[in-house]
Amino acid sequence: MADAKPRVKAPASAAAGEPFAIKTLISHEMESGQRKDGDGNLIPQKIINRFTCDFNGTNVVDMTLSGGVSANPYIEFDAMIDQAGELKFTWYDDDGSVYEDAKTIDLA
Amino acid sequence: MTYTRRDALVVGAGGLAVLAMTRAAWAVTADEAIAEFTGGAAMGEGGITLTAPEIAENGNVVPVEVDAAGAAEILVLAPGNPSATICTVAFGPAAGSQRLSTRIRLAKSQDVTAVAKMADGSFVSTSQPVKVTVGGCGG
Amino acid sequence: MRIRAKHSAALASALVIALAGAARAEPDLDAKLVINGDLEMTTIAPAPAHLEGALGDNVISGWHYRDAATRQMETDDFENPAMSAVDEALAAWDTVDGSEGKSCADCHGAIEEGMKGVTAVLPKVTEAGALWSAEDFINDCRTNRMGAEAWDWDKDPMKNMTAAIALQSRGMPVNVAIDGAAAPFWEQGKEMYYTRYGLLQLSCANCHEQNNGNYIRADHLSQGQINGFPVFRLKNDGLVSIHNRFAGCVRDTRAETFSKGGPEFHALELYVASRGNGLAVEGPSVRP
Ligand code: HEC
Ligand code: HEC
Repeated sequence: MADAKPRVKAPASAAAGEPFAIKTLISHEMESGQRKDGDGNLIPQKIINRFTCDFNGTNVVDMTLSGGVSANPYIEFDAMIDQAGELKFTWYDDDGSVYEDAKTIDLA
Repeated sequence: MTYTRRDALVVGAGGLAVLAMTRAAWAVTADEAIAEFTGGAAMGEGGITLTAPEIAENGNVVPVEVDAAGAAEILVLAPGNPSATICTVAFGPAAGSQRLSTRIRLAKSQDVTAVAKMADGSFVSTSQPVKVTVGGCGG
Repeated sequence: MRIRAKHSAALASALVIALAGAARAEPDLDAKLVINGDLEMTTIAPAPAHLEGALGDNVISGWHYRDAATRQMETDDFENPAMSAVDEALAAWDTVDGSEGKSCADCHGAIEEGMKGVTAVLPKVTEAGALWSAEDFINDCRTNRMGAEAWDWDKDPMKNMTAAIALQSRGMPVNVAIDGAAAPFWEQGKEMYYTRYGLLQLSCANCHEQNNGNYIRADHLSQGQINGFPVFRLKNDGLVSIHNRFAGCVRDTRAETFSKGGPEFHALELYVASRGNGLAVEGPSVRP
């Protein structure tokens, strides 16, 4: 898989104070740092090491990942809003890359 | 990319020198991880659920869900993996619940464990046995 | 040495039991595959007449033989890890490549229209009399119509594209032609299906016809259908093509395998596809 590509599934609107589910997925090999290559050398770790979701600047979840999370990390959790705004999603790669996605959400 | 049980075993058997050098980098035992997470505080039970399949067809991708209403942070562990820590998740003010669903790697059959740090600073934990079948027919 | 042995169930199951200490477990036939909450899939269909009862009354998608967690991943495109590969192919579909300055979309239009129903009838015999799989059509367009380089049969760009094309037939019944120009290929594929290969002297039928429902090592043996291809294999963290799966199965018998994209596997693909005529196209599906 070439570039890490995030995907997010979140509702377009939600009622104030009602929890709703958010599903996220990012294509990434999550090289665990525990495998060896053909020559017997350990393949260096290269993983998504952190994922965050914020709503209008307020944190929803902040997750630290290890190589024990499967390739193409799938993360599902619940958020709650009290106003319309933007959900922001950020994935941090060991190599320094940062992948972002955002979804606007209305009050139902 | 593949991460198979066999690879994990190869690493395990792959020479003491390599192990000794890399152990510090990644091999965290469950006890070490829990001690770091709780600071040695006492562990309670109840108020946390961990859902995982009884039998996983493939250790590469095992769906798990943890739920601990009122938790500030949850640690998920696979004590039977070369490195036990899977992930930690902290819940912010905009979280709609203290639930996390993800997919994890299990090197072998084991008791997957979750520890929650509750808002009052107390800790609870629970485990769930998962049997990993090692397939591998048909290439 | 190849021995044709169609009725050697006893020997075969003895072998499988020897290999596995086999336990039997019926697939969960009551489970219903509904994708994205509304697309109901035919995962059990009346067996095609040409099977003459070899698989009993019904042909069954490999989906039923998987455990609940794996099955679940196929019920929602968001949870199906193959869909990132499809996204990549959709981008490639619209991308100009090659000396003619063309993209797939320039000739075929939207993939939803242009490729609708295509996978359901593949592989098929071309006007020139060759038996072609999706990969052959794609590379023909790339090399002869776009002036672009052929894609490797078993590399991501090709697997991604076959997944995106299969998706446009999802839910439609597999309906490959086995008569007329296809007949000789079909006969060749059938012959292969019942030929014992390798050190273990096992045919496809020994495992997938006579022992489906049994466990071999930790694998729950299915009917070995290809209606779900390409499949996303959790073990590989990636898409697996039909020919790659065949190669893996032949290798398991400790035999030298045929080449992916070669005439043998083309014929076998047609025959195996025809054993699933009537099942819904399920690609890209999820397997352990
Ligand atoms: C210059 C025009 C052109 C371009 C560009 C082109 N194709 Fe085609 N494609 C055709 C034609 C013409 C056919 C043959 C239709 C027939 O014989 O029924 C065809 C057939 C196919 C078929 C078989 C369809 C069937 O009904 O069996 C597939 C699959 C296919 N193309 C995929 C692709 C893909 C993928 C791309 C881009 C990588 C592509 N094509 C680019 C013109 C094109
Ligand atoms: C030694 C037993 C064995 C033999 C012989 C064998 N297979 Fe398989 N095959 C398996 C196992 C085990 C699996 C994985 C579980 C399953 O889906 O049945 C599998 C899977 C498959 C699948 C994937 C099914 C799906 O739903 O994804 C196909 C297709 C397949 N085999 C075709 C063949 C063909 C064609 C042959 C003959 C060339 C063959 N197999 C020979 C054991 C075998």
